Amino acid sequence: MNLVLRRVAAMLPALIGVVVCIFVLTRVLPGDPARTLAGDQADPSVVAKIRTDMGLDQPLHLQLVRYFADLLHGNLGFAWHTGHSVASDFASRLPATVELALVALLIALVAGVPLGVISATRRDRPVDHAGRVFSLLGASMPLFWLGLMVIVVFYNKLGWAPAPLGRVAEGINPPTGITGLYLVDSLLTGDFVAFRSALSHIIWPALCLATGSTAIIARMTRSAMLEVIGQDYVRTAVSKGLKPSVVTLKHALWNAAPVIVTISGLQFGQLMGGAVITETVFTWPGIGSYVVQSVLATDYAPVQAFTLVAAVVYLAANLVVDLVNARLDPRIADA
Amino acid sequence: MPDTALQTAPAARPTTTLRLLLRNRLAVVGLVFIALWTLGALLSGLSPYGATQPGAGALLQGPSLAHPFGTDNFGRDLLTRVLAGGRISLWTGLIAIAISLLIGVPLGAFAGFVRGRAGGLVMRLMDMLLAFPSLVLAMAIAAALGPGMVSAMVAVGIVGIPEFARIVHGQVLSLRERDFVEAGHAIGLPGSSILIRHIVPNALAPILVRATLGMGYAILTAASLSFIGLGAQPPDPEWGVLISDGRGYIISGEWWMTTFPGLAIATSILGFNLLGDGLRDVLDPRLRTSK
Repeated sequence: MNLVLRRVAAMLPALIGVVVCIFVLTRVLPGDPARTLAGDQADPSVVAKIRTDMGLDQPLHLQLVRYFADLLHGNLGFAWHTGHSVASDFASRLPATVELALVALLIALVAGVPLGVISATRRDRPVDHAGRVFSLLGASMPLFWLGLMVIVVFYNKLGWAPAPLGRVAEGINPPTGITGLYLVDSLLTGDFVAFRSALSHIIWPALCLATGSTAIIARMTRSAMLEVIGQDYVRTAVSKGLKPSVVTLKHALWNAAPVIVTISGLQFGQLMGGAVITETVFTWPGIGSYVVQSVLATDYAPVQAFTLVAAVVYLAANLVVDLVNARLDPRIADA
Repeated sequence: MPDTALQTAPAARPTTTLRLLLRNRLAVVGLVFIALWTLGALLSGLSPYGATQPGAGALLQGPSLAHPFGTDNFGRDLLTRVLAGGRISLWTGLIAIAISLLIGVPLGAFAGFVRGRAGGLVMRLMDMLLAFPSLVLAMAIAAALGPGMVSAMVAVGIVGIPEFARIVHGQVLSLRERDFVEAGHAIGLPGSSILIRHIVPNALAPILVRATLGMGYAILTAASLSFIGLGAQPPDPEWGVLISDGRGYIISGEWWMTTFPGLAIATSILGFNLLGDGLRDVLDPRLRTSK
């Protein structure tokens, strides 16, 4: 508990810094939000009135204070292209993004860790080379293109994937909202029809989103494993006759785990960025596609809010990483 | 990657580096990809069709001898557009990396050399920028600047600054303890001269590796920005724009509109990744990918 408090306290300056960064970005860079809101043809007096309403005529430090105060009240601004407050739009869409990112992270871990372990234990053999090729391709493939190709092949040609529209098939009621995560909610309420539909809808975008992370997790697992495998206690474990699988899983993988946890946390943050692309391609109703709609409507309050939320998620993921690693390796907790 | 992980190997002569690089098969494959797209970009002007000129052929024709990559919904020749798009994408990558380098390297060098409060402040600021997922930060900057190619270049450039600053910072911290720097101080060279003429050149190897890998990343991010409408705008034949154009036609079966630009992005990024890995192997054997 102490550790949690310490880490949260350590995060605060970073969070404040992030908020200031976003504020500076929106105020110092060219572009006039009042002009954008009023439209190109608007009368200068209208623009001036909007500027006053938005507080843009105030000195910069007062604007910053107001911005902080708004944030503390949960006011993320108003999205005029939807006609709702950004906070309420986020509340309805964030679970879809979180669910997508979680499923993608799960896929990346389930595929990436074994791939890395196998590559490390069969170093320089064909499996290892195949793993390296996969990692290179995974890192080079544009996510938006991969998504489109998946739709062409698995929806258009093979008919395996459902139409890339929404989280469940049309005509199926979404499960009763408990967590907002359809897979979890449908299981909790025993609604297996909704569960199957939700699973078939989420799996394709999640697979695409997971590709890059799988490649990175596999590479990092491989190098962490190689580092550990070369150490004396692993050699001792082998020489005292333990089964190779026990040595690999219990001695080596367990000690490589902090690296894997760290990289997974970082990847979860990156998945938020990837979600923007994936959600757009698969018309997934999360905050990623919402941000793109906002950008196209030159409505920037949601973009700023998304930047903030993504940074918070990133920092929170780091916090979880620290806590998990402290459990895995007590030396980290003491540090 | 932690700062300390990147240490300079004794600087090899450029000819030796090149010879070793050409012996690395994967790096050569990377070089070939890059060379092909560069050549294509240079020669795209020779195409009988204009990159943005409609009506080069019938609308939405599949690949044929006259139009090897097919034509798009305005009847424009897709091969010409993809090659011309290479010019935009390569320039975007170069300019973005130049921005990252020109700001990141001095910042990192300053922070490492001066240390103390000012140095710490610079590096904390860099850490702050790293707290944003890179694509999200690029989006926020490009959106604030207003959609367009220049915004995308600047956004991708800014996002790359902290990486370079961190690498150079780590390099400078380790190099400043070395004998040749101490010798410089001893004979009374000014700090700036030691930093610029003796420390920075010795930190070039990891910067070069990062810049090469960063090119691929910059092209990818810029294309992503264009795809979501924040980067290059139609009718510019930027690769992300081409894929975005083709998006509306995948269900109706016009696969070539998305496939070829996508392959262009993938192969050029692969090229830079392979070359970057190869350079790393050659310049710093301790960081070999097959460690």
